[in-house]
Amino acid sequence: MSNGTPTGAPLVAKPANRSKDATVSSVVEASSLVQGPNNIIAPTEMLGSQAIVRSLEELGVKDVFGLPGGAIMPTYDSLMDSTKINHILVRHEQGSGHAAQGYAMVTGEVGVCIATSGPGATNLVTSIADAHMDSVPMVAITGQVHSAFIGSDAFQEADIVGITMPITKHSFLVTKAEDIPRMLASAFYIASTGRPGPVLVDITKDAQQSKMMFSWPPKIDLPGYKTVVRGHNKQVREAAKLIAASTKPVFYVGGGVIKGHAAHELKEFAELVGAPVVTTLQARGAFPDSHELHVGMPGMHGSVSAVTALQQSDLLITLGARFDDRVTGVLHTFAPNAKVIHADIDPAEISKNRTADIPIVGSVKEIIPELTEACRARFAEGGAPDLSEWWNTIGRLRETYPIGFTPTQDGLSAPQHVIQRIGELTGPEAVYVAGVGQHQMWAAQFIKYERPHAWLNSGGLGTMGYSVPAAMGAKVGNPDRVVWAIDGDGCFQMTNQELATCVINNIPIKVAIINNSSLGMVRQWQTLFYDSRYSNTDLNTGAGTARVPDFVKLADAYGCVGLRCERDEDIDATIKQALEINDRPVIIDFVVSRDSMVWPMVPTGVSNDQIQIARGMTPEWEEED
Amino acid sequence: MARHTLSVLVEDVPGVLTRVAGLFARRAFNIHSLAVGPTEVPGISRVTVVVDAEGDLLEQVTKQLNKLINVIKIVELMPEASVQRDHILVKVRADAATRLQVTQAADLFRASVVDVSTDSVIIEATGNAEKINALLAVLEPFGIREIVQAGTLAVGRGSKSMSDRALRSVSA
Repeated sequence: MSNGTPTGAPLVAKPANRSKDATVSSVVEASSLVQGPNNIIAPTEMLGSQAIVRSLEELGVKDVFGLPGGAIMPTYDSLMDSTKINHILVRHEQGSGHAAQGYAMVTGEVGVCIATSGPGATNLVTSIADAHMDSVPMVAITGQVHSAFIGSDAFQEADIVGITMPITKHSFLVTKAEDIPRMLASAFYIASTGRPGPVLVDITKDAQQSKMMFSWPPKIDLPGYKTVVRGHNKQVREAAKLIAASTKPVFYVGGGVIKGHAAHELKEFAELVGAPVVTTLQARGAFPDSHELHVGMPGMHGSVSAVTALQQSDLLITLGARFDDRVTGVLHTFAPNAKVIHADIDPAEISKNRTADIPIVGSVKEIIPELTEACRARFAEGGAPDLSEWWNTIGRLRETYPIGFTPTQDGLSAPQHVIQRIGELTGPEAVYVAGVGQHQMWAAQFIKYERPHAWLNSGGLGTMGYSVPAAMGAKVGNPDRVVWAIDGDGCFQMTNQELATCVINNIPIKVAIINNSSLGMVRQWQTLFYDSRYSNTDLNTGAGTARVPDFVKLADAYGCVGLRCERDEDIDATIKQALEINDRPVIIDFVVSRDSMVWPMVPTGVSNDQIQIARGMTPEWEEED
Repeated sequence: MARHTLSVLVEDVPGVLTRVAGLFARRAFNIHSLAVGPTEVPGISRVTVVVDAEGDLLEQVTKQLNKLINVIKIVELMPEASVQRDHILVKVRADAATRLQVTQAADLFRASVVDVSTDSVIIEATGNAEKINALLAVLEPFGIREIVQAGTLAVGRGSKSMSDRALRSVSA
């Protein structure tokens, strides 16, 4: 699988209410919930650890990321005998989690990470939380101390089920070997269906060491887990009615359209309605940037046209988005005149932040075609809405306030320029994986995304250090694509140990360190809101500093190619050089100005109407013409 | 803030109460009382939770609870369409001089004396929140030593069974 199209588990569950029509027996229906080819395996005696590996094989798992330790050693011993599962040994468990996320994001399959008990498991916590916030299908398998020792503060004991309860979609503590196949199959089912998310399976050492009778497929029995897929007919018709009557509609597209693999459906729908489309940070690529209907990314660092389209809209056609505070700004001032159609697979997202006028619960993959048909029927009767006036406004804003940047004052390269050139020279077929901070925002703004699953970042949790391991996972999932980690000098130092994993396992990612020698986003806020008092944001990695560490030497030490680019005129040549190296990771130290800031910006605590295109500069909303 | 009583059917598996209680805590929902116990269906427990919440927030509570994999069904029990009972044990100071007054007070509330010692009695009472509060007010002057109270229990009036319907929809 190298093109990002899903062939593995469907990301939507079979709805419980459909089973009434099914002619198959309930046993077959239940077993069909098991991911993978559902091979029939007659009871065979094996160890719990072998059952773990066998279950993963039967579930269709091909690649896993992990690091062994005492409580998971039996499983690693069994893993050695598997010819179907490629295990990639990471250097830190957090890396295995982010790698599993990156893998899941580009393949649409469930990402798998493995760690031991105690510190191994707690090192996974950040990536589990990240996957939870960004709805990434992931199964984390952890070893746990012997069941007889649970609760005794045994060596390397941590209550990881308890610790991760608020940040997992669900979790299982497995203390009996015979429960392993069912619980693993359930974990994969839960992780990949409905609103995807991380599921933890914590398995005691004695469960791994005990004998059990393995058979397949197991029966998944989750009476409390139901997922609605199809949209409610009446709601869909009501939505079409609103769309037909709207004069200022906007498609507010969120990450759900990418997770739900509905980009194709969205394009048809958007073209039928002809309304402006905004794609959130998590949805970049869900709709092609080059499309004439696309007006940019909304939110705190969104384009003026996208932010304003939402603010002035009379109808938000919200698809797989969740009205996050980074998008809405001060909530009660967000899109004040808009009615809201809100389609999402998670009923709890509907009317959580913004009350929906037309809630539609279901999968966007199903709902968008239903909405398209309903609109087509409606337009056939009463005509499509005339949006020419609306486009005059939005088109003018898009032309007048394009995303741009100003030259630097200190003679160093502009970070935006570096990132823009990476995108232009590499093209839309590559995968771009950002860390968190200024470089993340610039990568969202200045790279053109034309397809889904090409842009990965930590949006909800904002995890610095996501980029390198997630890029590694993405490259394992999409080995034929160029994978760029667009990273910051701060982020890179949090997880760069995975370069060793990349080199040893021949995972040739490319890392662009946008090195402004600072924790840049924090520094930007210090400039803007803390009177330029730069408390602890200087990292001493850039121009004119001690350069600790020297990123080129560090790359060299890891067996990567290390390049440094300090002048504008070298940017293109350096990127091209990196693109030609495919036998090992390339690390480029792009030394850039630390004073560049991310614009536009909506400062926190104010309405999106107060968007600034540069410091203290707010666009002219009305033009006399 | 309005008080609501929710009946929640859950799978009887380890950790389920932690999941329910933890959800209330981290979503900043205020629990007034919580009671949990087995039901007529093996493997299914019922949690009765009384929360203080306005309409929108209550809807969020319900939706978030529904997202828990082990939660099977949630209904809100309206006061007029359900029987709701609190259960309390109160240890009250009562010596030879006051014991009769204390036990007579208990009688008035159809509460029963379940333990007697030389200087105290334990009274057991069941009823709605108003009745319990009234009883406590009467006992107060004698000197209340200890109070222990269970979470509110509630069940819908009429012949319908919540678990019947829930399990039918599950197996259908």
